[in-house]
Amino acid sequence: MKHEPISRTDGDTRQHLIVIGNGMAGCRAVEELLARDPNRYRVTIFGAEPLVNYNRIMLSPVLAGEKTFDEIVINGLDWYADNGITLLSGDPVIAVDRAARTVTSRSGLTLDYDRLLIATGSDPFIIPVPGKDLGGVISFRDMQDVEHMLAAADRGGSAVVIGGGLLGLEAAHGLSLRGMKVTVLHIMPTLMERQLDEAAGWLLKTALEARGQTILTGADTAEIVGEGRVQAVHLKDGTIIPADLVVMAVGIRPSVALARAAGLDVGRGIKVDDHMVTSDPAVLAVGECVEHDGQVYGLVAPLWDMCRALADELVEAPSGYKPAPTATKLKVAGLDVFSAGDFSGGDGAEDIVLRDASRGIYKRVVVRDDRIVGAVLYGDTADGNWYFDLLKKGESVADIRDALIFGQAFASGGGQADPNAAVAALSDDAEICGCNGVSKGKVLACIDGGAHSLDAVRSGCKASASCGSCTGIVESLLALRLGGEVDAGPKTMCKCTSFGHDDVRREIVAQAMRSIPEVMQKLHWSTPDGCSSCRPALNYYLLCALPGDYKDDQQSRFVNERMHANIQKDGTYSVVPRMWGGLTNPTELRAIADVVEKFNAPMVKVTGGQRLDIFGIKKEDLPAVWADLNAAGMVSGHAYGKSLRTVKTCVGSEWCRFGTQDSTGLGVKIERATWGSWMPHKFKIAVSGCPRNCAEATIKDFGIVCVDSGYELHVGGNGGIKVRATDLLCKVATEAEAMEMCAAFIQLYREEARYLERTAPWIERVGLAYVQSRLLPDAEARAALAGRFWFSQQFCQDDPWAARVAGAEREIHAPMARFQPVEELA
Amino acid sequence: MIGEWLDIGWVDEIPVRGSRTVQVDGGDDIAVFRTGEGKVFALRDRCPHKHGKLSQGIVHGGAVACPLHNWRISLTTGEALGEDKGCTPTVPVKVSGGRVLICRASTLKAAA
Repeated sequence: MKHEPISRTDGDTRQHLIVIGNGMAGCRAVEELLARDPNRYRVTIFGAEPLVNYNRIMLSPVLAGEKTFDEIVINGLDWYADNGITLLSGDPVIAVDRAARTVTSRSGLTLDYDRLLIATGSDPFIIPVPGKDLGGVISFRDMQDVEHMLAAADRGGSAVVIGGGLLGLEAAHGLSLRGMKVTVLHIMPTLMERQLDEAAGWLLKTALEARGQTILTGADTAEIVGEGRVQAVHLKDGTIIPADLVVMAVGIRPSVALARAAGLDVGRGIKVDDHMVTSDPAVLAVGECVEHDGQVYGLVAPLWDMCRALADELVEAPSGYKPAPTATKLKVAGLDVFSAGDFSGGDGAEDIVLRDASRGIYKRVVVRDDRIVGAVLYGDTADGNWYFDLLKKGESVADIRDALIFGQAFASGGGQADPNAAVAALSDDAEICGCNGVSKGKVLACIDGGAHSLDAVRSGCKASASCGSCTGIVESLLALRLGGEVDAGPKTMCKCTSFGHDDVRREIVAQAMRSIPEVMQKLHWSTPDGCSSCRPALNYYLLCALPGDYKDDQQSRFVNERMHANIQKDGTYSVVPRMWGGLTNPTELRAIADVVEKFNAPMVKVTGGQRLDIFGIKKEDLPAVWADLNAAGMVSGHAYGKSLRTVKTCVGSEWCRFGTQDSTGLGVKIERATWGSWMPHKFKIAVSGCPRNCAEATIKDFGIVCVDSGYELHVGGNGGIKVRATDLLCKVATEAEAMEMCAAFIQLYREEARYLERTAPWIERVGLAYVQSRLLPDAEARAALAGRFWFSQQFCQDDPWAARVAGAEREIHAPMARFQPVEELA
Repeated sequence: MIGEWLDIGWVDEIPVRGSRTVQVDGGDDIAVFRTGEGKVFALRDRCPHKHGKLSQGIVHGGAVACPLHNWRISLTTGEALGEDKGCTPTVPVKVSGGRVLICRASTLKAAA
């Protein structure tokens, strides 16, 4: 997108700040400036890429298909417009005339400046081997490179990545995920040698190889060969590796050509003082293109500090940039690594090492004179910030040395791993979000400023908004600051997705999705086929959205729902036949007794829901047990499902001298109407015949307490881990009204509660008033809810036991083969 | 003549993202898994935690979640994944001409 220069100079007497570079440093510097004084300068930004300001370190997730370009945009067009910034993208500056104080762009546009900021970043280093200019040889630096790689991956074939540093490994990971056969060539003996020691580098190499990449260390490239396009890479040892794509990711160099041509003082980078001012007082520079005190930089953390110092200078409140130790906390191809300080060892340095091979964890803390000087973590980087904080403070760790390697939770005493306590102990300037350079103090200020959810913090101060590896810490900070007041924002369903339950449900309905693979595809699941958390949830959501239409996925059901019985600790099952409203008769009791004897069931127990539970049945015997129970007229009791469990009743007006209504009869009716329905979680109903409440209706999901004048309807009770008495939903006069309200309530719960959320926490989350507002005032809306429930029920009331008895899925009850060892004859 | 491999049936008999068992007289069953990618693995049907029957768990990626306490066990190594520790023995398995073959020696060990 190329923009016409917008002339806003009419009457604007402010100084003109021109920024060359629309990348992370240039725009961050402008952000910092605007935060200090939004009106001081008229700002124009030139960008070489035809794009808005995006997060370059997030190109890897774009390549890997985990994010889209839109998701890595830091500042969209509205930001430029809102702040009166002129953006000239896709039009690089090609000359600076310092005497005339003008810049000229490739399109021929010449503009005057009062202050000039050079933020040209760095260029990829291309190793000077024959064939480096062939088609299909690219670097990994900008969005265009990513597009080249995506196009190459679409064609398939082999890719060679030269460079086993962070950038190279991320390119390799992305290309590998996209189906290319990937070989990584690294000239050093271990991967990422600048960030990792040998042990961690080896672990990383092993893990990447296990994912199908070929990693060659000590590999020196001699030549890239091909006719017009690359065909192979030759190594100096004679190895030939076929390649349809070569990605050079061996390093970066400060981009200084423009500054040098302008006559600025340039070393390895553009030389700047502590205030980011170059050898020309009107010209500043920031980011990867600068050299400060002999150092050049390639990480984001120092860049943020430079931008602060630069903005202070621009508003004439100079603070000065002081290089601070830097830490690297990264996800390389999904693997967590961390390093900080000096881990080269040497005189007086002691290593404390923890290795846990089975979990793939390696931790090394380097201590000198009782102070942490360096740390390398692989596999579990949760304590990285804590070690880095101790390192920066330079405090003695003598007192906690013994437990140091086990992390903050242990070393701080207590032995109880409380993540909130660990986060509370961090100092205010401890860095929480490495991607966006946000300190703990800033996150807390953002929360105090009204950001009461993860999402609000993300948009407020950008912490956790990029790679998300600090999400847990930000959540802890929210919990610390707000106690129970944290808004349950987009807590994701599980690690397979960045969407929350409510988002997923909404999209399933909105996009009319019809299967689990379709949901996973359209919502960018990060795993091939989900996990044991999301699969059952998706199966339920689809089942609920498409009654009668959705094909239930048995492999996404928990074992009990697949086997229609309850698994016990020894691998046998317990079987609970349905007894409507808790009523039974001699035929049923006789059949149960016969089953117990015939199958040697070691125990029969009366359950809390007024049923008989037969224990110790083998998976192979289940169909035969069900056949016998079916023959006596009994069906599945669904004691195993996230479904309607039982309707518990007392004897009511028919027998009891206190009974006010026919609670037993109503209970049977309700159970006959609601059995077989699948729910977000188990669902229990009870009907008591009088306020003495013998059926314990006030700790059920839906409870009815009969009174002389009608029926009190109660909801959201729970007798489990956390006892919760029901809330009174309403009172109705007739059985028919009670039945309709029951159906409408169940359907509201089915459609809106999150999977595995019982009615009690659901109602606490949405509020009783909300539930009442959906069920009470509008009779039509209530009837529609109840109607959807009755519609869905017509597909659910087939006895699953009878289907199995008739032979359906018989194989899952039988072994595939039987092995009887015989003694071998000599 | 007793071969090195035991032929236990057609690969199609194992549901995708599911499992079947091989009953071993006098020992633990062998659980034979088929992943979403169509790969076949075999493990002793016994979670290292509380001996849950892994054959009854949910298969996802290259792992199975134990039905008792949701431990995730790697189908490749038999190792518990994540924070949990423990290992269940693997049984070498191969698919040849659509037939599933498991290693006789490892199966014998399960019977021991």
